[in-house]
Amino acid sequence: MADIVNLADRAGAAPDGTVVEAHELARVYGEGDTAVQALRGVTLGVERAKLTAVMGPSGSGKSTLMHLLAALDEPTEGYVTIAGTRLGELNDTQVTKLRRQHIGFIFQFFNLLPMLTAEENIALPLTLAGTKPESSFFDDLLGKVGLQDRRKHRPSELSGGQQQRVAIARALVSRPSVVFADEPTGNLDSKTGAEILELLRGSVQDYGQTLVMVTHDARAAATADRILFLADGLIVKELRGADEHQVLAAVEEIALR
Amino acid sequence: MIRVALRGLAGRKFRTVLTAIAIVLGVAMMSGAYVLTDTIDRAFDAIFVESYADTDAVVTGKDAGISFEGETAPPGPIPEGVLEQVRGVSGVEVAAGTVTDFQTKLIKADGESIDTGGAPSFAFGVETAPEYDRFNPLNLVEGRWPSGGQEVAIDERVADEENLAPGDRIGVAALGPARQYEIVGIATYGDLSSLGSATFAIFDIPTAQALLDKRGELDAVQAAAEAGVAPEELVRRIRAEVGASATVRSGSAQATEESDEVATFTTIIRYFLLTFAGIALFVGAFVIFNTLSITVAQRTREFATLRTIGASRRQVLGSVIVEALVIGLLASVIGLFAGLGLAVGLNELFVALNLDLPQTDTVFATRTIIVSLLIGTLVTLVAGLSPALRATRVPPIAAVREGAKLPRSALARFAPSIAVVTVVIAVLALSYALLADGVATGTRFILLGVGVLALFVGVALLSSRLVVPLARIVGMPARRIGGAAGKLAEGNAMRDPGRTASTAAALMIGIALVTFVGVLAEGLRVSNSDAIEQQIQADLVVTSQDGYTEFPAAVGDEAAGLDGTEVVSNVRQDVAEVNGKGANLTGLDGSSINAVYDFRWTEGSDEVLAGMGDDGAVVPDDVADDKELAVGDSFTVLTADNERREFVVRGIYDGSPFYPLLGTASISQSAFDGLYERPRNRFTLINVPGAPGAAQKTSVERGLESFPDTRVLTRQEWIDKEDEEISQFLLLLYVLLALSVVVSLFGMVNTLALTVFERTRELGMLRAVGMTRRQVRRMVRHESVITALIGAALGLPLGIFLALLVTQALSEYDLQFAIPSGALITFVIVSVMAGIVAAILPARRAARLRVLEALQYE
Repeated sequence: MADIVNLADRAGAAPDGTVVEAHELARVYGEGDTAVQALRGVTLGVERAKLTAVMGPSGSGKSTLMHLLAALDEPTEGYVTIAGTRLGELNDTQVTKLRRQHIGFIFQFFNLLPMLTAEENIALPLTLAGTKPESSFFDDLLGKVGLQDRRKHRPSELSGGQQQRVAIARALVSRPSVVFADEPTGNLDSKTGAEILELLRGSVQDYGQTLVMVTHDARAAATADRILFLADGLIVKELRGADEHQVLAAVEEIALR
Repeated sequence: MIRVALRGLAGRKFRTVLTAIAIVLGVAMMSGAYVLTDTIDRAFDAIFVESYADTDAVVTGKDAGISFEGETAPPGPIPEGVLEQVRGVSGVEVAAGTVTDFQTKLIKADGESIDTGGAPSFAFGVETAPEYDRFNPLNLVEGRWPSGGQEVAIDERVADEENLAPGDRIGVAALGPARQYEIVGIATYGDLSSLGSATFAIFDIPTAQALLDKRGELDAVQAAAEAGVAPEELVRRIRAEVGASATVRSGSAQATEESDEVATFTTIIRYFLLTFAGIALFVGAFVIFNTLSITVAQRTREFATLRTIGASRRQVLGSVIVEALVIGLLASVIGLFAGLGLAVGLNELFVALNLDLPQTDTVFATRTIIVSLLIGTLVTLVAGLSPALRATRVPPIAAVREGAKLPRSALARFAPSIAVVTVVIAVLALSYALLADGVATGTRFILLGVGVLALFVGVALLSSRLVVPLARIVGMPARRIGGAAGKLAEGNAMRDPGRTASTAAALMIGIALVTFVGVLAEGLRVSNSDAIEQQIQADLVVTSQDGYTEFPAAVGDEAAGLDGTEVVSNVRQDVAEVNGKGANLTGLDGSSINAVYDFRWTEGSDEVLAGMGDDGAVVPDDVADDKELAVGDSFTVLTADNERREFVVRGIYDGSPFYPLLGTASISQSAFDGLYERPRNRFTLINVPGAPGAAQKTSVERGLESFPDTRVLTRQEWIDKEDEEISQFLLLLYVLLALSVVVSLFGMVNTLALTVFERTRELGMLRAVGMTRRQVRRMVRHESVITALIGAALGLPLGIFLALLVTQALSEYDLQFAIPSGALITFVIVSVMAGIVAAILPARRAARLRVLEALQYE
């Protein structure tokens, strides 16, 4: 793993410059009368070294889509490939190892371990894999998220924004093929939220990190290279390089549909 | 509010049951102890009531009332003529005599005597003519009553176990060499299903008299009154006739008298077992406290919500109390009935240790029910009080706050000081109870109990401060072998030190107590073997099979006549009163004893022994101090046969107070034989020419073959045998203490399960960022092992400390202090295993969590 320097090369398994691909994904929750069709057949490719935002109203299936792309859930129909590996044929340990290697997560509620220091929390995915972070990269990462002087602090001694920075660094530390962020600013005030978005944007620019962000915040979505709009379990619209107004207009359009 | 509490419990059935088990086991032990001892008591009562059911008056020898260290001198026999006297008393319808002995061994086909494990081996001489049937408590189940010098009837249990039937022959050994008798009948004692490990052999009166060297004597005369004569009146009339040389009691008074003696014995067993029930309940209280504390903390938001919709503090308090009450009551009821089963198990345990006790139908007394339910419920309530009070401190605002924490309890601020004060008080109480002079025994025991309880509580309170440093030490293996999961486990263990501490504290108690008894037993073993080595110089030691009851003097005479022995010295022993106090009196052969027993004289020399004559005596130094006797002083000896004599102290020696092999006072063998009609030996000590080898031992054993109730051992074999007995008793203690370890195990399962539940979302995150199921299991397991090791790290030193304190307190008995390192290492291993076992279910549950569901869990 240490010899992998360029992230873009690593994800090269997919021929068309995509890291994660979804093929006709469908997901049904429950059975019979109470069955809910969360996704109705979604096909997409997550582009390498781009920030992709997924938007949509509650119940549109955006979270379900993310869970399926991130190998946290299994589709009822269709399949997902991550870095060239087709899911669905893997057992739990193999999926865990795939997540460990290829996927980073940023959660709305940070989900840090209270008994670990900031740097221990950041290094956690590597620790679980039984390796250690490369020190130059690790220092660079800490500098990037602005936590050099908070290394030894525990989550309880950090502000919400700082905790989310720790979570971001944790997601980036293993240099995964793709990072999924689930409403990363949802639990932060707007100023801190803006800082976090800048940081995520920066990771795409500086490290060539592929990032998928689920959000219903138009301003957050506007930082993305590509925005996918979901409604009723289908992708209904796609924008590239849109600003906040265009995003809001699209949201309204979908709502009125 | 009560409905809310009950619904809550019903919704958490698994957890409620797991919590209740902590109390179930303690209550089961309590109810089992009562049921077992009540049953034994009733069996004994039945024996005695049966014995005197149709007897209105009993004449026995005058009871001297002498007892020493639990051994009571039976009243001597009465002359046979008394029977005729009684028969002549007006108002006596019928009277019969009996001869009884407690040390008549039955001999198995292989020539070994049947070991009764300390229970009596009876011989009965009874009048079997039909008119005397009413006095006879024995029931024939097969064959007929013996008559004449060749016949015997034996008890059903022995007949079954040894496969004997009328027509077969069996050896019987009383005072002389074993003799063969023909079995003509099989009998039971009343309707009793079992007399425990006791055996009996029945003869006609002349045969019994001959066998037991009681020619012309009887042990008791039983009489029945004519119609219209009250038992009290009959007793009065007989007393007037036989005079003051014998005791006359009514049949029921005699039954009470005899059963009272046994009742003390069952009372000891009862309190012995109840102590372990108490320990288990105490540990259970920790578990309840801990579980309720955690669930209350986890329900902070629920309580806050209740407060916002108008529940008062009192109602919140009530709801938690009701919860504890229900758990306690439920657990007590289950425990009460589980005790019935446990009583059977306890009896099996005693049987396995050769402590077979008589049995009858199970006695399930009202007292058992009331006490078990009351204590079980009360303990649970008390343990639940503090969590309940904390629940009342939840402010309504917590309902709307993310991640609301339970407020600290009002006393939390003072907790460290309270803990220190508790420990100090505990240590003071223990030291005072154990080391101070002139404290009443009752006070001493109360102080000891309070001290030990306070010590455990104090250390448990302190331990939350010790968890972090201890976890770092005992977490070392987890870090080394557990990888990332091990490191996280260590962090988890230190995360809520209070919770880890009280979980570990429950195990600590069990570990501390097993360590305590283990260390004490090691001390006993060392002291015991030292004492034997100090005193005994003999090559071979002859004792009875069980090693402690006295055996017929004829064995010594037989040994003296054997070829291949150089010195044969008999050590006689019996109970007597020395200066008005119960004592063991020893008779020594002054011409030979110094070759086989090492007197370390403080005054006098070996010459004294040969010249003791009829009134000389030697005493150990502790007795001399205690009774303020110096060389030249005289003292009085009174035997059970009312023989009274003065002796003069001629020498004082160091008597090895830990295990004195000679009695309170030793006199010459001839003087001893003058005092006791049927003298018995405690030991026969033998030296063989040259180096003692297996051949010499075998030759002595062969020489004593006609006395099957004897055992020939070298000094080392004897020490080993005693070690084995200590180990066996230790094993019993370990088994009984294991119960409290099991209780703490459930506590650990509980805490882990609740912790896993609490950390659901965190586990989801860990799984999402790459933790495998295996790693999850390993993490939970290591946390459990670390907690268990903290318990061991607290318990081991605590147990050693308590043992040290007791050793100090018993220093006057030369009790030594020795650490059994092997045993202590075993306890650490047991703790680790407890940790692993406790983690099985919670770890499985944690590993099974679905990542996505766990992440979305609130």
